[in-house]
Amino acid sequence: MEEETKQKIIKGINASPGICIGKAYLVDSEGVQVAPKYRIRADDLSNEIKRFKAAVKKARDELHKIVEKSPEELQNAHILETHIALLKDKMLYGRTIETVKQERVNAEWALKKVVSKLIEVFQTMTDPYLKERSADVVQVADSIMHNLVGTKKVDIAAIDKRVILVAHDLTPAETSQINLERVMGFITDRGGKASHTGIIARSLEIPAVVGLKNATASIRSDDLIIVDGNRGRVIIHPAEKTLIRYEERKIDYENYKAVITRESKAPAESTDGVRLAVMGNIELPEEVFALINYGGDGIGLYRTEFQYFNRADFPDEDELFDKYKDVVEVMNPKPVTIRTLDINGDKALTNQFSFEETNPALGLRAIRYCLKKPQVFKDQLRAILRAAAFGKVRILFPMISTFFEIREARRMLDEAAESLEKDGLPYNREIEIGAMIEVPSAVIMADVLAEKVDFFSIGTNDLIQYALAIDRGNEQVAHLFQPLDPAIIRMLKHVADVAREKDIKVFMCGEMAGTPHHIPLLLGIGMDELSMNPQTIPDIKRVIRSLNVEDARSFMKEVLKQTTAKSTFELIKETYGSILSQQLYSG
Amino acid sequence: MTNSEPGLSREVAIVNELGLHARSAAKIAAIAIRSTASVWIQKGDLQADASSIVDILTLACEKGTKITIRIENKADSNILEAITELVEGGFGE
Repeated sequence: MEEETKQKIIKGINASPGICIGKAYLVDSEGVQVAPKYRIRADDLSNEIKRFKAAVKKARDELHKIVEKSPEELQNAHILETHIALLKDKMLYGRTIETVKQERVNAEWALKKVVSKLIEVFQTMTDPYLKERSADVVQVADSIMHNLVGTKKVDIAAIDKRVILVAHDLTPAETSQINLERVMGFITDRGGKASHTGIIARSLEIPAVVGLKNATASIRSDDLIIVDGNRGRVIIHPAEKTLIRYEERKIDYENYKAVITRESKAPAESTDGVRLAVMGNIELPEEVFALINYGGDGIGLYRTEFQYFNRADFPDEDELFDKYKDVVEVMNPKPVTIRTLDINGDKALTNQFSFEETNPALGLRAIRYCLKKPQVFKDQLRAILRAAAFGKVRILFPMISTFFEIREARRMLDEAAESLEKDGLPYNREIEIGAMIEVPSAVIMADVLAEKVDFFSIGTNDLIQYALAIDRGNEQVAHLFQPLDPAIIRMLKHVADVAREKDIKVFMCGEMAGTPHHIPLLLGIGMDELSMNPQTIPDIKRVIRSLNVEDARSFMKEVLKQTTAKSTFELIKETYGSILSQQLYSG
Repeated sequence: MTNSEPGLSREVAIVNELGLHARSAAKIAAIAIRSTASVWIQKGDLQADASSIVDILTLACEKGTKITIRIENKADSNILEAITELVEGGFGE
């Protein structure tokens, strides 16, 4: 056994509960940033330049291979061709060779020097778009550097043992490549609770700790580590005593989960007889079975982005239809709420080369993107309407920020139905239509939007981000991402009040709905349905069963008097602490 | 540095939405690289080698920027024409 002094504990944010013990697997390639510097003897200079040229040629061949695989109409290919041209650019290629010759240094160092000078020039530019262009130069230089240093970008898809993934950050595209049966847990340097890594980990029911800042610097591949997703800790080189203690904790936690799952199938009914639908959010069709196991009353949010990641072309209608149909059939007669594409599809396809927007959260995404790409949108709408013939489907349009968007979306849905009619394919147009309420303008215009929809679904993650101007993935400000901020609570209440007045339903599908101590408040506001990550359903059902809706309504009056997130939280603890303490597992 | 000889330079404005970004710069460089002598792009006091994407990018030309394309050898006037057309046509974007 290792001596006990080697043990090291690092703290982060608990993004997904559970405990795992295993070997680390580093997926970062940032190590190349520390390029070594050494002198080259005069008679070795030509060899050093040859080595550099070989690295460039290799990078070029790699890019050519990708271009050949990409369909022509794709803009990605153009960017790659630009990258190929950049590889031989005078200012990059020529200058690096000059630097090697003049300073008699190794190619890595020369390249690094040339690139950092170029970046400086770009940084002085005022136009944010042009400033971003340095990213292309950096990407190209990185690919040369990888070949020089010999570190290959780790291929996540090729992981073949059960490991704990350790990364600086994981992009949705990277996460989608991971062979998930092989992963026991995630830990990342960056990110907050609502980061993509956290969401994925929770839906896969594996532990994750994020926002660790320097995990990748402290952990090497094959190190033995413990991930405590309940407390947000990672233990590197655990001592034997620690290992034993954590084996016990792991068993305790698994037992706790087993108990809570057993009672989850029963409906969630408050002590005064109000039944609330507790639904699940899913991303992959495979998650449906976990959702049913956990007692979900339906799917409140089916994210459809996954099929667009990691490929060179858009999925066609039949492919989308097949996946939707799988989910809808299994769930029937329970409802499946399919949210239309919530990203910039072009970027999903070309992910690592995307550079068109400096501020994607405020950019061309979701409904905005879909309305601009009618063909992409129409394929999805037709697939959804066809799947609706096999069960109970609702459609949900994301990122609605104007009345125009919901009107256009409806019009296109009608067109999709007409075209299916013409093609003689089975479909069902009699489905409920909903608008995601996640942009502050939609909250304010809720009464107008209500005229065109059958339900609202509040997406709290984005609503909080946009309303409080907080980037939830930025750990510097992540603590300000407060669902209990009075501004947020007032917005929620406004939306619920409008829905009641206009006689439409109001749902919530953000993370807020899956947090036990928010439930009294959400009952008081009058949510008709809550949707969350499947594994939290049993917990939430349990909380609802111990609450009284009448009480929660009068409690809301007190909540609305609060002026800070902190005092609101204190009030909840004071009023409901005894009920909630039985539910909260993490200590 | 300025060349007053007629027929050797053309002033054009950047009309495409994204300005002289990597892809448009690459299109210029691809043409300029075929020249017999140097081809320059001038923006105010700054000038860039038209055969280098990176150099063009460092000029930071947004939409609406006026640039001067300059050749050193009359034999390259077809190149001057081609680049002018490219820029004026907004790079076909």
